[in-house]
Parts: sequence; C-alpha cells; structure tokens
Amino acid sequence: MIDILFSIFASLVLLSALAVVLNRNAVNSAMFMIVSLVATAGLFILLEAYFLAILQILVYAGAVMVLFLFIIMLLDVDKGENFNFKTRKLSLCATILGVLLLLALILNSFSSNNLPSVELFLIEDSSFIDPGAFDNKAKAFGQLLFTKYMLPFQVIGFLLLVAMIGVIVISKKPKF
Amino acid sequence: MVLIGINEFIYVASILFLIGLLGVLLRRNTIVIFMSIELMLNAINLALVAFSRFNNSMDGSIFVFFIMTVAAAEVALGLAIIVMLYRQRQTILVNELKQLNG
Repeated sequence: MIDILFSIFASLVLLSALAVVLNRNAVNSAMFMIVSLVATAGLFILLEAYFLAILQILVYAGAVMVLFLFIIMLLDVDKGENFNFKTRKLSLCATILGVLLLLALILNSFSSNNLPSVELFLIEDSSFIDPGAFDNKAKAFGQLLFTKYMLPFQVIGFLLLVAMIGVIVISKKPKF
Repeated sequence: MVLIGINEFIYVASILFLIGLLGVLLRRNTIVIFMSIELMLNAINLALVAFSRFNNSMDGSIFVFFIMTVAAAEVALGLAIIVMLYRQRQTILVNELKQLNG
C-alpha cells in the first residue's frame, strides 16, 4: 500500500516539477508548482512528518505560491518570452550536466555502497526518554525549538522582521 | 510494514534538485527561475525529512522548519526586487538585464 502511494506521489512530484521547468506560460508553471508542493507534502505524510506536511501546504502552496501568482499576473511577463530557453550553448551545457548527474545517481543506486536500507522506526511515545527522537507531534517541535534551538529560533524571527522591513523599503516609491 | 527505504526518497530528492537546477540554468524568465530555486529548496526539505525519519532524530525536521521560514522571507524580498526591476526596466527576462555585463 505504502509503496503504491510512494510511487504515485513521487511521480507526481517529478512530473509536475518537469512541467514547471518546461512550460511556456508562467501561470501554468505556478499551477504545476502547487501540484508539486502538495505532492511533496504527501511524501512528508508517508514519512509520518504530519506537522511539516501541513506546514508545507500552508506556507508553500498557500502563501508563497499566492505571492508568485499575484506577481505574475501583476507584471504580465509572458509577452516577451517568444522562445523558452537561453542560448543554445548554455542549454547544451545544462543538459550535459543533468545527464551526468543522473548517471551518477543511477550508478550509485546499482552499486553496493548505497545507503543502508534500514527499517522504519515505529514511533512510540519516547519523547519522555529522549527529547531528540523523531516524533510526529507538534509538541516535539516546540520542545526542541525552545530548548536546543533557542538561538536559531530567535535569529529566524529577527530575519522575518528584517525581510518585512526590507520589502516595505524596496517597494516604496521614491519621493524625488 | 514499510518496503520503501531511505534510498528511494533520496533518489526522488536528487532528481527534483536536478530538475530545479536545469530550470535555473535554462529559463529566461526571472519568476520561473525563482520557482526553480524553490523546487531545489523543496528537494532539500524532502531529503532532510527522510534522513530525520530514518535516523530517528528530530534535528532534520527542525532544519526543514528553518528552511521554510528562510524561503518565505527570500520569496517576499525577491519578488519585491523583481517588481522594482520591472518598474525601472520594463522587463524581467534575464537576457535583457545585462547592465552589469560591461
């Protein structure tokens, strides 16, 4: 059951990502991007990271993609792109690079030194014993965010403030 | 219970990263390049969650949390810059934005 779901979600992620890259229309690209992000959330659910899956749908497929679509429709950017790709030399380089990476991946997957296939741990209520163990509850996130990762949490909050002020300053019309 | 190992998730993540890289290299539209960068970040998120799950450790998931926050801030700033660019130059195609090319 879970391998069927895995193949469905994985192929959905990869095909829609390919459609994002290859589509001529930027709005269609954004729509396929939403499909890809939601399918990635499906993969997160298969990994039993439910909190991250719902966060992915809320933040990425919700807020970020709405921002993208808003800007695409605001700017009307499709009128100048009569052909999709940059110069022929660069596309050749990119394709060669891609094929090389894919070859490395395939070679690695059929050689014997790939990653050990461990069984998936069953999640038990082990957070009292080991607070760093994987847990699907949001409580585990909160516990780590406010103890071990306190400083990065504060820095991230400050980063959001900086980004907000930066966006306001950038998008303000100059007075002169 | 589970037949899918960590390898499959890492393959999907690396192919997704590859597709995003190709998008960054091939496309001319700045917004689509931005979306390809998001795809690459998404691939990293997938790999981190897979490692976190299979290593039975919470640290990778926390990192995904941070990466999502940074990506949201990055998208807001980048799109503001793109809007400014369009206001000044009336284009966002990267082959027409070569003032720094000398």
